[in-house]
Amino acid sequence: MTTQQLLITASPHLASKDSTPKIMWSVAVSLVPVVVAATYFFGPSALLVTAAATAGALLVEKAFGPRRSLWDGSGAITGVLLGLTLPPGLPLWMAFVGGAFAIGFGKLIFGGLGQNVFNPALLGRAFLQAAFPVAMTTWPATNVGWGALRGDNLALPLMSASVPDAITGATPLGLMKFEGTGTATWPLMLGQTSGSLGETAGLVILVCGAYLAVRNYLNWRIPASILATVALLAGALHVIDPAQYAAPLFMVFSGGLVLGAMYMATDPVTSPITNVGCWVFGIGIGVLVVVIRVWGGLAEGVMYAILLMNALVPFINRATRPRVFGTSHSATGL
Amino acid sequence: MLERMTFRHGVHPPELKELTANVHIRRMPFPQEVVLPLRQHAGKPATCLVRPGDHVERGDKIGAADGWVSSPVHASATGRVTEVGLWPHPDGTYATAVRIAVEPYSAQAPRPRMIPRWEDLSPDGIVQAVRNAGVVGLGGAAFPTHVKLSPPKEQKIDVLVINGCECEPYLTTDHRSMAEYPERVHLGIRIMMRCLGVDRALIGVEQNKPDAIEALQATLPSDLDVRICPLTVKYPQGAEKMLITALLGRDVPTGKLPLHVGVVVQNAASVATIGEVFETGLPLIERIVTVTGHGVRRPSNLLVPVGTKIRDLLDACDGLADDAREIVFGGPMMGVPQANLDAPVIKGTTGVVVLTSADCKPTESWPCIRCGHCLDACPVFLNPQRLGSLARAERYEEMLMEEHLADCMLCGCCSYVCPSNIPLPQLFALAKAAVRKQRTAA
Repeated sequence: MTTQQLLITASPHLASKDSTPKIMWSVAVSLVPVVVAATYFFGPSALLVTAAATAGALLVEKAFGPRRSLWDGSGAITGVLLGLTLPPGLPLWMAFVGGAFAIGFGKLIFGGLGQNVFNPALLGRAFLQAAFPVAMTTWPATNVGWGALRGDNLALPLMSASVPDAITGATPLGLMKFEGTGTATWPLMLGQTSGSLGETAGLVILVCGAYLAVRNYLNWRIPASILATVALLAGALHVIDPAQYAAPLFMVFSGGLVLGAMYMATDPVTSPITNVGCWVFGIGIGVLVVVIRVWGGLAEGVMYAILLMNALVPFINRATRPRVFGTSHSATGL
Repeated sequence: MLERMTFRHGVHPPELKELTANVHIRRMPFPQEVVLPLRQHAGKPATCLVRPGDHVERGDKIGAADGWVSSPVHASATGRVTEVGLWPHPDGTYATAVRIAVEPYSAQAPRPRMIPRWEDLSPDGIVQAVRNAGVVGLGGAAFPTHVKLSPPKEQKIDVLVINGCECEPYLTTDHRSMAEYPERVHLGIRIMMRCLGVDRALIGVEQNKPDAIEALQATLPSDLDVRICPLTVKYPQGAEKMLITALLGRDVPTGKLPLHVGVVVQNAASVATIGEVFETGLPLIERIVTVTGHGVRRPSNLLVPVGTKIRDLLDACDGLADDAREIVFGGPMMGVPQANLDAPVIKGTTGVVVLTSADCKPTESWPCIRCGHCLDACPVFLNPQRLGSLARAERYEEMLMEEHLADCMLCGCCSYVCPSNIPLPQLFALAKAAVRKQRTAA
């Protein structure tokens, strides 16, 4: 070889084997079992809605994102995650618009990957919730044939969707809040209830998330602190008045809590950078979830809890700065 | 103290020392030419004492120390000075160097005893002798040893720490020095202890060098309080501050030196060199260099004259493999890549690592996703993520005043774990240079 071929790079000249695209695609792949579970529970509608949301996300990423950003995998995660937060019967065009919004206004407008303040998928969901409140709260009944669509998936844009009352159901949290009926724990954990695509298969999501935590692709402190806080707070309330407040297991496995704790709150970009900060962040989300669910006007509060805490991340980071080696106080004294 | 034989944070890169860990040190043949830069140490460069055409004997002083924090340079081979001028320096720049055409067929016999016996010297006399011998730290930074041996009088030193960690992957220079020359290590320790007036010494060795630990233990002098402390294998265990924390539980305050907590740290190969200098009476003119990596055909631990060019070193190791891609002076974590095979080995060159295309990290980098892995890796508990984004925005003053830029030792842990492959140490080095420039201008 000749000297012209020598490579000159800055130290360190070795690097660990993990790369950002590898992490992102691993997260995306870990969502496959969750989508499969959703398809098992909700039939082809689940696949269609997830695909529509992902298509919207990827299209905007391709059109307006930086060069080659489609391949870093982050757009795909946002699309699939958004899809999993949607009701199975949502018209596909809405899911598509939601995906496009999530990437365009949730991520790219801030400057692309790593720059956004709020979790893009949740921002997309918040947008859909504001824009299409009825469609976003129409839940299918669980007792229809597997192959049947779970709603007016194929409705045309801006036409009012026709939803026959006969096939609608209610989510366990809705039942709890508005009708005062509980749901048994096992159907809840296994997903045999009504709700959004990724709301129902709590156990599957736990396993997939645990895999990512073991690989150190997500900070385990976040889901641990969220789930523990919700369980503890709900448990305390349940002890005080079991008739009015639901059991802790119900609180943990109902709604989007497990999905939110494992996949939304752990988005590295929008969660704290310090480990102590992750505990603070998770506890904050847990408290907000319980407060919204128990005393708020909504049945479900995971989305707003996470978005609210996302906004606090810069402050949490600043307040939990590690003490620099050889100093007696933290860097700023905060 | 025993339960805390390491420091917090840090990383575990592959050790890759098996290439040369059991390879005996061998002396390489004298090259046809040696090139001796006048700047081989931290501090002011030496001033040149020779002119083209001069004949020099092996061990002759060719550069004089310029001030206290400086070090003389000696001819590493008998021959004729052909040129004094700019020459590629292993730090990537060009620097004034003395070129010596080595005399063919010379016996290269050294002049008799140029350094007096240490037994005859007072502590101050030993310091002078060490200075005259041009001894500097051989661990990389090449800080003049005589400065370390004369701490300010008001500063009480109570323990000498010998750094035998060699935490950089690939390198086995300290390892082989300790395993093959344990007596020299102990002699160097004895001399340093006498100079510093301390009665306790600790040798920190990472546990992956059992033969070195065994050799040192077997030759332990009975009349000295010297202890060998096996340490957890973790990078950067060999960083001075990390080592002191691991061995003594003392944290060197930010902006201070080890001597502020009563410690002097010296690298194992350097302390062996002190022993060698007083044993042979020759100044520092040769050193042990690990030439290794999958990009070199015969990985070796070589005893080479200072000033040997990279190409001669590689020839002594049967040359480069076909897929050799990057040549690094020092270890792969902090080492400096070489663009020119004419750059010479200097006193601080611990090793030459030749990486293949497969070893090299990707050249592509991605946006920071704030995963926080760098915070968990940084041994001095900085926030490399924030430092990196400040550096990109050229907000150097904030890096210095708010984010403790000065405490960064450019160990590379942050970049090693960064999934986005962001060249953080490079950004920090640039920031440090910019700050220094601003300060000098002001």
